[in-house]
Amino acid sequence: MHDPTPEAGKARHAISLTVNGTAHAVDVDPRQHLGDFLRQTLQLTGTHLGCEHGVCGACTVIVDGAPVRACLILAVQADGASVTTVEGLAGKEGALHPIQSAFRAHHGLQCGFCTPGMLTTLAAFLADNTSPTEAEVREAISGNLCRCTGYQTIVEAALSAAQTLRGEG
Amino acid sequence: MKSPQFAYHRPQSVADATALLARLENAKVLAGGQSLMPMLNMRYALPDHVVDINRIPELSGITIEGDRITIGAMTRQRDIERSDALFARAPIFREALRHVGHIQTRSRGTIGGSLCHLDPAAELPGLVRLFDGTVHVIGPGGERSIAATDWGLGYMTPAIGADEIATAITFNVWSGRRGEAFEEFARRHGDFAIAGAGVRLQLDTGGHIARVAMVLVGVDVAPVRLLEAETALVGRAPDAAAIAVAKSGLDPLDVLSDAQNSAAYRKHIAGVMLARAFRRAAQSAGAHHA
Repeated sequence: MHDPTPEAGKARHAISLTVNGTAHAVDVDPRQHLGDFLRQTLQLTGTHLGCEHGVCGACTVIVDGAPVRACLILAVQADGASVTTVEGLAGKEGALHPIQSAFRAHHGLQCGFCTPGMLTTLAAFLADNTSPTEAEVREAISGNLCRCTGYQTIVEAALSAAQTLRGEG
Repeated sequence: MKSPQFAYHRPQSVADATALLARLENAKVLAGGQSLMPMLNMRYALPDHVVDINRIPELSGITIEGDRITIGAMTRQRDIERSDALFARAPIFREALRHVGHIQTRSRGTIGGSLCHLDPAAELPGLVRLFDGTVHVIGPGGERSIAATDWGLGYMTPAIGADEIATAITFNVWSGRRGEAFEEFARRHGDFAIAGAGVRLQLDTGGHIARVAMVLVGVDVAPVRLLEAETALVGRAPDAAAIAVAKSGLDPLDVLSDAQNSAAYRKHIAGVMLARAFRRAAQSAGAHHA
């Protein structure tokens, strides 16, 4: 029987975390996932929520260097973490991250819904591996659904960004 | 798609975690969350309490002492995949982990979580069975060690109590002239497999099979070892005839069916995956016939 005591269920938890370089100290509802926290509490609506059960990849953000699904981690679990969202990929004065520039150059998006998750996933992937094969790029984005592009232009953009990151661009 | 309300607990030690679980009614343990969080969001799971064991450092890490491997239950799948020390002793882990979800879920998902969720198609419980591993758990009654063969009690039902947590997985690796391989078939990369197979074998100096272990995932509620076929293979050359012997291990199996995959189709796929894994394991052990 699901009958939580109202006080227990509503007890909020104080967390401190860094999002895109900015420190935040906030009280959160324990059931709120990180995606809703970013969008609703911090008003960072660049992170998109598609399925909210870990299938579509649109909500991918980078937590302590690792790409994770923001719908599958509670905000309270990000206490002490450093989070990068799509808003944090660009450098100072809005200079685009190489993967963002490559998406623009290679038409790596159409409707744009999957784009934040694609960019964060690929930014984390390329930070690990600047010389990926096409097969490795396809495997890296296998957890991100895109219904517009057929992925071809996204893969081209990723390979081009890798070239830039290797200093060959 | 929003989780129900629950009270959140974050114990800092195994003792605190087990004390909480002994005290709280209708509590769920939150490990990597890559199965529990979807179940919460879809409200398949309705716990009053969530006990988050992510801040208990002693539950994570990979230790290698001789042929004995210990993997902490909260070790992330991504860290297991990336461990060069483990890859040197048991390369099948890296190979199989590439089929587990996606990079984003492996960043959070843990080996203990995978064992305790026990999806029939899950790769990691299959590997623990392949290595005759042991799952170590702790609860109000103290510590228990559960052999992989006794771990799966039924559909998504492992042999761990609701008031226990898994602490570690241990198993031994073979040395000498050995090979191992994992194969699975899924409609899309990262989907739950229709069937998968893991094989490890060790050859003697004459190139014959000294020891072999074969496991199937996805075909039954828990991983299935082909023990009779394994016995029949000892002493044989790992050639095409041996693959036929290996596949004969599937004959007596009752295989799961669902709306997309009949039992006959799933059994066929399992046989194809087994043959491929056997061939590659034999090749990496240095066999010439396979």
